[in-house]
Amino acid sequence: MTDTATSEKKYPAGQHPDLPPPPGTIGVVGWIRHRLFPSPLSSILTIAALILLYLVIPPILNWAILDANFVGTSRDDCTGGGACWVFIYVRFNQLMFGFYPPELYWRPILTFVLMFVALYPLLFDNVPYKRYWIYFSILFPVIAYFLLMGGLGLEPVESSQMGGFMLTVVIGMTGIVASLPIGVVLALGRRSQMPIVRMLCVCFIEFIRGVPLITVLFMSSVMLPLFLPEGVSFDKLLRALIGVALFSSAYMAEVIRGGLQAIPKGQYEAAQALGLSYWKMMGLIVLPQAMKIVIPGIVSNFIGLFKDTTLVSIIGLLDLLGMTKASVSDSNWIGLAHEGYAFAALVYFVCCFSMARYSIYLENRLHTGHKR
Amino acid sequence: MTEAAQVQESAGSQLAVSDEVAIQLIGMHKWYGTFHVLKDINLTVYRGERIVICGPSGSGKSTMIRCINRLEEHQQGQIIVDDIELTGDLKKIDEIRREVGMCFQHFNLFPHLTVLENCTLAPIWVRKMPKAEAEEVAMNYLEKVKIPDQALKFPGQLSGGQQQRVAIARSLCMNPRIMLFDEPTSALDPEMIAEVLDVMVSLAESGMTMLCVTHEMGFARKVANRVIFMDGGEIIEQNEPEEFFNNPQSERTKLFLSQILAH
Repeated sequence: MTDTATSEKKYPAGQHPDLPPPPGTIGVVGWIRHRLFPSPLSSILTIAALILLYLVIPPILNWAILDANFVGTSRDDCTGGGACWVFIYVRFNQLMFGFYPPELYWRPILTFVLMFVALYPLLFDNVPYKRYWIYFSILFPVIAYFLLMGGLGLEPVESSQMGGFMLTVVIGMTGIVASLPIGVVLALGRRSQMPIVRMLCVCFIEFIRGVPLITVLFMSSVMLPLFLPEGVSFDKLLRALIGVALFSSAYMAEVIRGGLQAIPKGQYEAAQALGLSYWKMMGLIVLPQAMKIVIPGIVSNFIGLFKDTTLVSIIGLLDLLGMTKASVSDSNWIGLAHEGYAFAALVYFVCCFSMARYSIYLENRLHTGHKR
Repeated sequence: MTEAAQVQESAGSQLAVSDEVAIQLIGMHKWYGTFHVLKDINLTVYRGERIVICGPSGSGKSTMIRCINRLEEHQQGQIIVDDIELTGDLKKIDEIRREVGMCFQHFNLFPHLTVLENCTLAPIWVRKMPKAEAEEVAMNYLEKVKIPDQALKFPGQLSGGQQQRVAIARSLCMNPRIMLFDEPTSALDPEMIAEVLDVMVSLAESGMTMLCVTHEMGFARKVANRVIFMDGGEIIEQNEPEEFFNNPQSERTKLFLSQILAH
């Protein structure tokens, strides 16, 4: 007992009770002390950050909200000194739907709502009648196709009339939905014992990863028709969809392969020793664990893919960004590029940020206490 | 073979051993690349026998029992389990794996499934058992390994000893005729070894055919009716436990025993 500083009460060995922590180490005071002002340097940084926020936030708020005009019909309605959201207000339908016939707007809107209905049982647990609901999810792509493109008694719409945010969602969601299963198959193929399967998968993945997405899109729109017989024309949108889906599945495959490699050999052995076949072992034991590990990577890929859809404007499809670009060069609304691009950025941000939050929710839900 | 039969007759254990052959290894060899791991292994295991396999690390004990359910492939000789010869034929491999349970050193429970789901997975997907029945069977075995109250927890929330007992229950749910144990207690804290050994002893008393790679010599004395000593990929010596420990024949065995019993 050389420790002379302690004046605390001594307890006999083995009978020390649980005491509350010293004051000022927990609660609000503790948090401010620990997180904001733990050392002189940190205190300076905290104060500098507060000053920076003070300098940046009020002007942005003034421009975007306080001095801005929101409703109107023409440029003359923009009387405040801030942003002219009238521009977005007037152009909103075009930014959302492109050149889709206005009397048929209900179809993409219905599709959009049904998309969430279809996604719900896939994204969340504890859904009543989950099985039947999932049948609907599986059927949804077909429903969406007919709703958007027409047919089956619905008035047909040319794919070139689609545009804006709707096109972004169509390409993004198709890419996401197609790339996940293709990516899983490619990843399993790349780790296969069979040399030919493995070779094919490696070649595909490395080839696609070795070229930029723009090249893939160009090739699908310029080169593909060269190989097809005369008169057979492939829809431009469909070609872009295939290009984007193949491109993202190559990246997806590599992300998933990373997860597969992280699964210890013992898991495979235990599954085999119980008599599970290859596909059951993969489907029930290995993939659920591997996919869980790579959720952040998969969602990053989805977010990247969603934003890469902007590249389709290069082959003449006008997605949200392409539409914004076209709108801001309208001579009636010249000089409103800030508003246009800020709006596009906000829409992309909302979509991507939701995906990011969902990924964190999913990680927590799947956490079963075996994190090390 | 007659030698092995004699060993059983003289075994002090009162547990019944039939003369029906459960596993037979005949002239079995295995190589890892060019490294000759198992050399001319001949072994006959009778139904109901409890065999303990010991030997220094790298002697091929684990590899030998892993060959029995084809987690490792042998290159020469024959392995016959329950009258089925192990070849590359996937159907036969599956058939044998259904009959042979295995417990691993690191438990290898499935961390994303609850304890109960770990136990019901194989019966449901391999044996096509209805879910309710599989759960009933699983709870029954979880009670036998004394952890029915942990059924809804995840493996990561259990102690090592509890996890290994779940692993044993998981294997038993497939109703195997033979159990293989690959150093089931060597990753456990001393306090937990006893709880796992208790389960293994009661399993032995139920008449299960068991092959255990272990260094628990107390367990070997208590339940084994044959102890096998391996070194350098060969079976050096096999005998009933009393004889094996008190009167080892080869120099190599004497050295090994003096090392593990010294402290």
